[in-house]
Amino acid sequence: MSALLEVNNLEVFFSVYGGSVQAVRGAAFHVNKGETLALVGESGSGKSVTAQSIIGAMSHKRGTKLNGSILFKGKDVLKMKKRQLYEIRGSEIGFVFQDPMTSLNPTMTIGKQIEEGVTLHQQLSKKEVKKTAIELIRLVGIPDAEQRYHQYPHEFSGGMRQRVIIAIALACKPELIIADEPTTALDVTIQAQILDLLRDIQTKNSTAILLITHDLGVVAESAQRVAVMYAGMIVETGTVEEIFDSPKHPYTWGLLNSVPRLERNERLTPIEGSPPDLFEPPRGCPFVERCKYAMEVCVQHLPPSTAISGDHRVLCWLLDERANRDIGERGEQIV
Amino acid sequence: MYFTRRVFSMLVTLWIIVTLTFLIMHSIPGDPFSTDAKALPEDVLENMREKYNLDKPLPLQYVLYIKNLLLLDFGPSIQSNRDVNTMIATGFGASAILGLQSLVLSIILGIGLGGLAALYHHRFLDFLSMLIAIIGISVPSFILAPLLIKYAAVEWGLLPVASWGTWQHTILPTIALTVGPVAIIARFVRASMIEVLNQNYIRTAEAKGLSDFQVVLRHGLRNGLIPVITFIGPLFASLITGTFVIEKIFAIPGIGKYFVDSIFNRDYPVILGTTIFYSIILIITLFLIDLSYRFIDPRIKLSSRED
Repeated sequence: MSALLEVNNLEVFFSVYGGSVQAVRGAAFHVNKGETLALVGESGSGKSVTAQSIIGAMSHKRGTKLNGSILFKGKDVLKMKKRQLYEIRGSEIGFVFQDPMTSLNPTMTIGKQIEEGVTLHQQLSKKEVKKTAIELIRLVGIPDAEQRYHQYPHEFSGGMRQRVIIAIALACKPELIIADEPTTALDVTIQAQILDLLRDIQTKNSTAILLITHDLGVVAESAQRVAVMYAGMIVETGTVEEIFDSPKHPYTWGLLNSVPRLERNERLTPIEGSPPDLFEPPRGCPFVERCKYAMEVCVQHLPPSTAISGDHRVLCWLLDERANRDIGERGEQIV
Repeated sequence: MYFTRRVFSMLVTLWIIVTLTFLIMHSIPGDPFSTDAKALPEDVLENMREKYNLDKPLPLQYVLYIKNLLLLDFGPSIQSNRDVNTMIATGFGASAILGLQSLVLSIILGIGLGGLAALYHHRFLDFLSMLIAIIGISVPSFILAPLLIKYAAVEWGLLPVASWGTWQHTILPTIALTVGPVAIIARFVRASMIEVLNQNYIRTAEAKGLSDFQVVLRHGLRNGLIPVITFIGPLFASLITGTFVIEKIFAIPGIGKYFVDSIFNRDYPVILGTTIFYSIILIITLFLIDLSYRFIDPRIKLSSRED
């Protein structure tokens, strides 16, 4: 299996008044062809910035500095000129946005908005473009496609709008779809429908999906692999089974413990404290202040990446040979 | 249904304007004859008063005026004895030409300048166009007009100094009229475009692979111009009905001067005539603007209240 997308040591800095904020601090992960990778983390962990960097939305921007590399099909997105970015956006990488209520142009018909990408990237006659658009509307499960084609966003419900946004992302059958919290703004019942839709499309077109979410339920349901992001770093990555059944990072333990469960009738366990200020990132492990198992070394030095098995990698000192092995076991028991 | 209701409310608005103007006008101290330098003999005055119905009680004057108005007759000017209808008809041409030229120019330049400023937000072009806009707002037309005459007409001899006739005569007054509105529109467009360009649907458009230019053109402008249209309505009405200052400076035979002169002279029929004329144009423009919203913003529906 070759990686479709490979993010290596990605760093993103935003210059702000009096210095710079480091939103992404050496994130590394990859997405294989046809699979779903879930990028999980709390608000402000750098998920969205990472996602937007992949389509080059962060390069060519004033006040933003990027290091590392983002290889899409072997080519570094960060080194691409604007013209090259325009070419891959929409055609090879589709983007599904978080807020369907505001992500469509209110003064343009749905049909035209879907057609734009098709016209741009494919040599088709006007008739064919329209046919494609109507097929896309049908494909994403919107009834009465011909009539809906002529309607405006305000005539659609939130869930239907998200379907339209998915249709836009799908328009040119991209190899990768980046879905940035695609269900966060939707009702729970609609959420399931949208996730089903994404899964259908994935099996039909064998599209890879980078699913960004903070909802672990969504992850368990749709992803094959997971990358847990914290304070701009990928602290743990592995298959869904590895992450859910034998998590190794204390932050992942905390995340899993804070999920409500039907069978357990007890109070939720939150992760105490809040993420570090990325204006002045900590020298050592970013999670140290909230970690029950923190050691001396955690404060001083960034933990190395430890491979547990194959793809399962963790950024934590607890996995160092010199650390107390018992704690790792205990952590798992808590989960 | 919408149309009839709207026309009815336009007529009511007009009637209120007529009534208020009539009352306010008569409450200004003095009358058309008290401002005249040489006093007229008493019996002449009486004759004059009778001719213009000024000897009758105010309510009756009002009824008589409305009656004439319904026949679309503004009556004769007391000052010049010309028909107010004729005065407006002859003066409106020049004012309208100037006004339309200036409006078109203001819209094009205003959108261009404001759009550039928004695109290059916080960069050199933004500061430059906003500097131009601030100068445009701050320098009054009665300063700008003499400067234009002094340099463009007198010193460099490029264009005629004043008066009306050829197309060249319209250039300087058009420039003088345009600078203010350009500045205001530019600032409007800039603010509105900056807001629009930060909207989520702009990111959607970018993610499709549209170039920056295409994004602004297809998704930015139309949405960014909606608030600007609101401003263009009243601007249109005030520009085509002439401006006192510019017409005075450039000796243009427009209707702008009647607005001011008639009030000094207490020339009642002219005051009412020009005010009503301006109101009609404004009301119709606002109506057209409301209609145009429908085509620009599909979320707006013109409908009766019952729907």
